[in-house]
Amino acid sequence: MNEVRVGVFVCHCGTNIGGFLDVPELAKYALSLPHVVFSKDNRYTCSEAGLTEIKSAIAEKKLNRVVVASCTPRTHEPLFRSTCKEAGLNPYLFQFVNIRDQCSWVHMQDRERATEKAKALIRMGAARAVLLEPLEEIEVEVSPCALVIGGGIAGMTCALSLANRGFEVKLVEKEDRLGGTLNNLYKLYPTHEEASRLVQVKTKEVEKNPKLEVLTSSEVKEVEGFVGNYDVTVRQGGKDRLFKAGVIIVATGAETLKPVGMYGYDGEKVVTQLELERMLKEGRVNADKIVMIQCVGSRNEKRAYCSKVCCLTALKNAVLIKETNPDAQVFVLYRDMVTQGTKYEDYYGKARETGITFIKYLPERQPVVENGSVRVYDELLGEELILPYDLVVLSTPMVAHEDSRDLAQKLKVPVDENGFFLEAHVKLRPVDFATDGIYVCGCGHWPANVDESVFQAYGAASRASIPISVGRVKTEPLIPLVNEDGCSGCGLCELTCPFKAIQVEVTEKGRKAKVVAASCKGCGACGAGCPQMAITMQHFTDKQLIAQVIPLAEVIP
Amino acid sequence: MTLQKNFEPDILGFLCNWCSYAGADLAGVSRFQYPPNIRIIRVMCSARVDPTIVLEVFIRGLDGVMVLGCHLGTCHYMTGNYYMERRMKMAKNVLKKVGLSPERLLVDWVSAAEGERFATLVREFTEKVKKLGPLGQETDLKLEQLKTRLTAAKDALAQQRIRWLVGRERELVEDKNVFGEKVSQEEFDELMFQTIEKEFAKRRILLSIEEEALSVREIAQKVGASPRDVLRNMVSLERDGLVSVVGIEGNSPKYRRAGGS
Repeated sequence: MNEVRVGVFVCHCGTNIGGFLDVPELAKYALSLPHVVFSKDNRYTCSEAGLTEIKSAIAEKKLNRVVVASCTPRTHEPLFRSTCKEAGLNPYLFQFVNIRDQCSWVHMQDRERATEKAKALIRMGAARAVLLEPLEEIEVEVSPCALVIGGGIAGMTCALSLANRGFEVKLVEKEDRLGGTLNNLYKLYPTHEEASRLVQVKTKEVEKNPKLEVLTSSEVKEVEGFVGNYDVTVRQGGKDRLFKAGVIIVATGAETLKPVGMYGYDGEKVVTQLELERMLKEGRVNADKIVMIQCVGSRNEKRAYCSKVCCLTALKNAVLIKETNPDAQVFVLYRDMVTQGTKYEDYYGKARETGITFIKYLPERQPVVENGSVRVYDELLGEELILPYDLVVLSTPMVAHEDSRDLAQKLKVPVDENGFFLEAHVKLRPVDFATDGIYVCGCGHWPANVDESVFQAYGAASRASIPISVGRVKTEPLIPLVNEDGCSGCGLCELTCPFKAIQVEVTEKGRKAKVVAASCKGCGACGAGCPQMAITMQHFTDKQLIAQVIPLAEVIP
Repeated sequence: MTLQKNFEPDILGFLCNWCSYAGADLAGVSRFQYPPNIRIIRVMCSARVDPTIVLEVFIRGLDGVMVLGCHLGTCHYMTGNYYMERRMKMAKNVLKKVGLSPERLLVDWVSAAEGERFATLVREFTEKVKKLGPLGQETDLKLEQLKTRLTAAKDALAQQRIRWLVGRERELVEDKNVFGEKVSQEEFDELMFQTIEKEFAKRRILLSIEEEALSVREIAQKVGASPRDVLRNMVSLERDGLVSVVGIEGNSPKYRRAGGS
């Protein structure tokens, strides 16, 4: 084996690290470590100058391992990996050491101990670097077709967007017609456009697109395979249909919470905003005194989130009532009016001008719906008000479909504590799932209004079109290796893996676990549970982890 | 062990890439301050942390270990944190057998949005380990004895019987087994406890005869168990080919460890 030659680059990050740690001392220390043949401190290692230094050190000092001690691998590992690659070094021979987010920024008052800790972190990183092994990315072919689950505004927009790019698209809708939530709405804020018109226009576009096939009254029954090669079973009218999909987009939407047992909800005198929409559409609102209550069943212990669309929905419905019945008294009892953005804040301002009364209540003093009146403590007035009503409207949040967890299981994607689908990264990958080739848009992800759903649908279509246009995808080689001699074929790994990425097969040597590389997400759960300890998790091997277990006393004697 | 003045505990954290490590980064971005005693090792999923690695950390003399994952139900890999939780429960049980406080191993959940929570957990855990004192302070073992026991515990956690059992826990407790029987959590815990006890005892015996040949009585003395228990374990170890008789002194056979693990 070639001699291991490690180069360590310690970043000042301007003053972000340099202001709190003795960076030159760290670089000096790094040079004293086993196999480290070069070290350097940079003002910004991620700058063009810093990257050039890495590349030239790889060439001149014949480095075959690179360690960068700086910000965090979560943002900068890809950059340094590709820098190594450009210099001809396998990117998996790169090691990141986090001395900013997890050191200089969190120990700003203790330069000495923070520097000691950084030394220890660099030593840990260098120790792992020595044991790193080159890995090759895995390439798989992609079928140029897509499955979109959910035929609401998000699903239709996404499916159209992909079909217009020339890909075959299957659009699966559980109900007997397209449109989703929009089918239950009357007019949309802020333009007061009719929801049914929007559905009509989109449905027509979908229906006449030759690349797009719609399956209504259908449900996804089973999904097998991996990015580029999903085998999907859809159940329609008691029959199963099988087809391939290179990518899958989840656009299943959400439903509105039915506030059973809250505020005297009865569906007649006390209704939800959704029920009010239907009454408005059918011209059945015969009420002069209307009280709307916001945040019913949301922003509390059970459902901590803000459903975001209810404030504007309430405003819009209040305005619509005032339009048809200017003498109506409309009260909106709110905790905080959430109307961000220029359009919506303006909409709120206009709504106020129509004479709607807004009353702020406190979460610890909830309004009480009594026979014929609502009792509420007005926080701003500092006194209790009694509001007689003909109709109470409860603004309840959007909640995840009950079967969203089922679908998540089938797709092997996560949901959050509320049952909404969970993206790979909230800022950097907002419409991707961690599972390659699966994307999300619309209210299944999070309560969204129509324009947000449409944005997301375009985003998801754009992301999904990458693998299907390129025709091949690369996946990270962080996959387990099975030591066949050690493997007893017990199958515990198969049971552990939620991605079916490791399966027991009968081989010449008997039952042995086999890795399905393209399905593997690289968590390592199989290896840490293997009864025979016969699974090595590449790039996170036991040896590489244990090499980092260095007592501080060894670093700072 | 003696009390150390101004003791600063040495702590390692294993954090998952997607939630807890991101939460730790957020603590940094938000400049939430916490003591520098903790050093973090990043893994893709907390389920990657093999319980034997946790034991290795203690063998190497560190005072505390944190294993932090995504909140239950929000694992990036669907179920990883459930596996981690069960495996770490087992590791805690083994620590108790060794004589260490299981509180030296902290299992908790931090989301990518919980920088404050991460900082608080680190502060509290550092304080807790500080109170517990240097590793082994809660025992009356000498350092060498403690390390031998920890090594036996680590070896026990590498045994397929224990690993198989913890791997099937969810199934056994939540679903029915092939005979249609369901095991209650209490029954399972008891079974796990006994299995750990047995494996730990066996591994201690094996370590005691690694360097020298000893009789059952001598082994019993060395590991602090009754000769009867040692004898019972010797029978099973001999059957598995892990020990062999290398001589007889008086009436007592002398045992040495034989190959394999």
